[in-house]
Amino acid sequence: MSVPYAKLPGWADYGLIPIINLLVAFLVAGVVVLLVGENPLSAAVILIDGAFGSGQNIAYTLYYATNFIFTGLAVAVAFHAGLFNIGGEGQAYIAGLGVALVCLTFDSVLPWWLTFPLAIAASAAVGALWALIPAYLQAKRGSHIVITTIMFNFIAASAMVYLLVDVLKPAGSMAPQTRDFFDGAQLPKMGWLLESLGLAVRSAPLNISFLLALLMAFAVWVLIWRTKLGYEMRTFGFSPKAARYAGVSESRIIIIAMMISGGLAGMMALNPIMGDQHRVALDFVAGAGFVGIAVALMGRSHPAGIVPAAILFGVLYQGGAELAFEMPNISRDMIVIIQGLVILFAGALEHMFRAPIQAVFASFSPRSVGVAAPKGEGA
Amino acid sequence: MAEAAIELVGINKSFGAVRANRDINLEIQRGTIHGIVGENGAGKSTLMSILYGFYQADSGEIRVGGKPAVIKTPNDAIAAGIGMVHQHFMLVQNFSVIENIILGAEGEALLKTSIAKARSELVRLEKEYGLEVDPDALIEELPVGLQQRVEILKALYRSADVLILDEPTGVLTPPEADHLFRILQKLKDEGKTIVLITHKLREIMAITDNVSVMRQGAMVATRETARTTVEELAELMVGRRVLLRVDKDEAKPGAVKLQVKNLTVKDSRGVTMVDDVSFDVRGGEIVGIAGVAGNGQSELIEAISGIRRAVSGSVELDGKPIDVTGFADPGELRDRGLAHVPEDRHHVGLVLAFEENENSILGYHDKPQYLNGPFLNIEAIQKDAEEKIAKYDIRPGNPRLRTANFSGGNQQKIVLAREMEQDPGVLIVGQPTRGVDVGAIEFIHKRLIAMRDQGKAVLLISVELDEIRSLSDRILVMFAGRIVGERGEDATEGELGLLMAGIERQEAAE
Repeated sequence: MSVPYAKLPGWADYGLIPIINLLVAFLVAGVVVLLVGENPLSAAVILIDGAFGSGQNIAYTLYYATNFIFTGLAVAVAFHAGLFNIGGEGQAYIAGLGVALVCLTFDSVLPWWLTFPLAIAASAAVGALWALIPAYLQAKRGSHIVITTIMFNFIAASAMVYLLVDVLKPAGSMAPQTRDFFDGAQLPKMGWLLESLGLAVRSAPLNISFLLALLMAFAVWVLIWRTKLGYEMRTFGFSPKAARYAGVSESRIIIIAMMISGGLAGMMALNPIMGDQHRVALDFVAGAGFVGIAVALMGRSHPAGIVPAAILFGVLYQGGAELAFEMPNISRDMIVIIQGLVILFAGALEHMFRAPIQAVFASFSPRSVGVAAPKGEGA
Repeated sequence: MAEAAIELVGINKSFGAVRANRDINLEIQRGTIHGIVGENGAGKSTLMSILYGFYQADSGEIRVGGKPAVIKTPNDAIAAGIGMVHQHFMLVQNFSVIENIILGAEGEALLKTSIAKARSELVRLEKEYGLEVDPDALIEELPVGLQQRVEILKALYRSADVLILDEPTGVLTPPEADHLFRILQKLKDEGKTIVLITHKLREIMAITDNVSVMRQGAMVATRETARTTVEELAELMVGRRVLLRVDKDEAKPGAVKLQVKNLTVKDSRGVTMVDDVSFDVRGGEIVGIAGVAGNGQSELIEAISGIRRAVSGSVELDGKPIDVTGFADPGELRDRGLAHVPEDRHHVGLVLAFEENENSILGYHDKPQYLNGPFLNIEAIQKDAEEKIAKYDIRPGNPRLRTANFSGGNQQKIVLAREMEQDPGVLIVGQPTRGVDVGAIEFIHKRLIAMRDQGKAVLLISVELDEIRSLSDRILVMFAGRIVGERGEDATEGELGLLMAGIERQEAAE
């Protein structure tokens, strides 16, 4: 007989517990900051100010968050089908190829608003195809998806290096990257949004792929909770045996879920390539694929959790960069430690504070806590 | 009468806001067999887990032999002379009997000496209580009845005076259960005290001296077994009068709906689980398949319902073949009118993490009435779920509640409602009342009879012999993958029990 989990009210489950986890993460991070001889309070102020202090900082935060929304959604979709897609990094990277091909072909011919849909389709298609191979291997040959998707990250990275150095690089250039895109492949910035609030944005790269990311968050919600396909994916994810019983084809679900996941990861390539750098350079994904895992974990694989979690990691990225700049003792690696602590407390130790909080709630008013009925009672 | 071996005074235990045990007082006399009955979730296992040190009571006192005892871990319980035989055996499968027995009581650094000591002690115990087991046999090679004996020996080896048995007959054939009862009787005669937890009232009547009834975490009554009746106990357990016998009219079998011919099924290791099985089920009759768990019944219904691929043989549904050796699709079979209530509702029949309404369409989720194009028609699904909740009295009546939060009986009703309301021609039912409380059993049995009376073909698989006997119009007995006999509804428990143990077959072979 297991101890039944008392159910908490929704706001405590989805609001209070993540916030407590986050506070503990920052507390422990504060100790680390103290150990390297800096003041944790002023470090926190710099971090927050670096993320939200000016229009430009906010724009940078949201720019990073855009990446993480895409990759977080990608991990979440696969996760609902019981699949752990660790290959978001490679799927996004290789999708840069699709974006590059569309942009290099059409950037001097079409306006951005025609290039953009083509690039969306190309990035999603390439990402999906890259995820299709591990999916097929899992569905038909039983190769473990975690292993194959990790391996495909390396293959994607090597392939992109080869392509950028030997194929896509303009003749005579020393840099392993494509030529710069013309206006037809440059996405409009979204600075006006913040400027209309009276904030100065200057050159920050926030662009309309942020809106695409939000749109995709909504689309994923519809897919998972409002379509037959999503229902079948969740059935398979919770219980493959129940899916078999219900007549849901295992290989079909694995392949479709992974392709949607890969497509979402692939769309991440749009943001840095078309929105910021206007060329495809080495390593433009910069770890966003892996951060997506943490984002999905923290956001409970729900779009409504993934968007704020992505913004939180945007804060850590942007604020962390400022912090590394302002406090010489805090290196870039320290920021990674802080991010690691957030993942540890928000993700891996998610249930650590659950039991005490439940006890507190139960002692307040037992009736307010909806409790799992014991087996057999009330029949 | 003798003094109390165990006294529990004012035991309370809560999990979160659930009060699993409330103010329990219980006195168990030395040298008696004391039964504890109650529905699933009544708190029997929690109480025994407190006594054995798995949980600690929030308040209350345990007295062993009249003295207050502090039992915080199973080791404390063993030191106090309390031993436990678990429902699911706690044995290391690839260890020998003697290695399992000394496990946790090895005593010395070198195994050799302690094994030698254990061996002589074992011989004594076996002689004294008639518990013969080969000490060098590997556990995985022993039948379950003998494995259980090892569990009992383990407790006795630790010089237990009080032995707690949790649902000990769930996995046994009737002859094995009889043997167990003889052993328990012997242990009692030797002065041991036995606590028997069960939900089978017949066992209580057969073997116990006293019986205590639990309901919803409270101890509602203790009776001297000789002065109570099955009916009284059932009423105490449920809190209202219960009909134990199923009333049914004579079957009016119609045309053959489901025909199984020479079906052979192997498991993933290539072991033959179903061996050349043939039978048919007609409309308007319930055919029951009796057998001890693990004799191929599960694989048989999985193959018929398209979940597991058969090696050879054929199955016909309404005269048209099912591709059981190829790609029979459970979804397609549903469309053809074959409904299936699986044995394992937790992992197969339901997705426990889903809301109730989501489970009420599982397998039927591609029916047009639940869809709007590729989208789920949430309103229609909700309405449909609410109708089923009302018709099958599923409680709590909230279609948005997570399925895991329903009791076993209500979960089973969710599955039955889903499968029966699609008006199937053939219904395959596996273990319809496993883990289901008495009140819901009565309801489920009535629904199954009603299906039969509507002219449906019902194939019933159950390890509860009573259930098979009271529902079935024809009874097939499975042993080691084969159907070893067919009997009418008037078959006695004795002859079925022998068939289930494979006795007749061996005699015929000689």
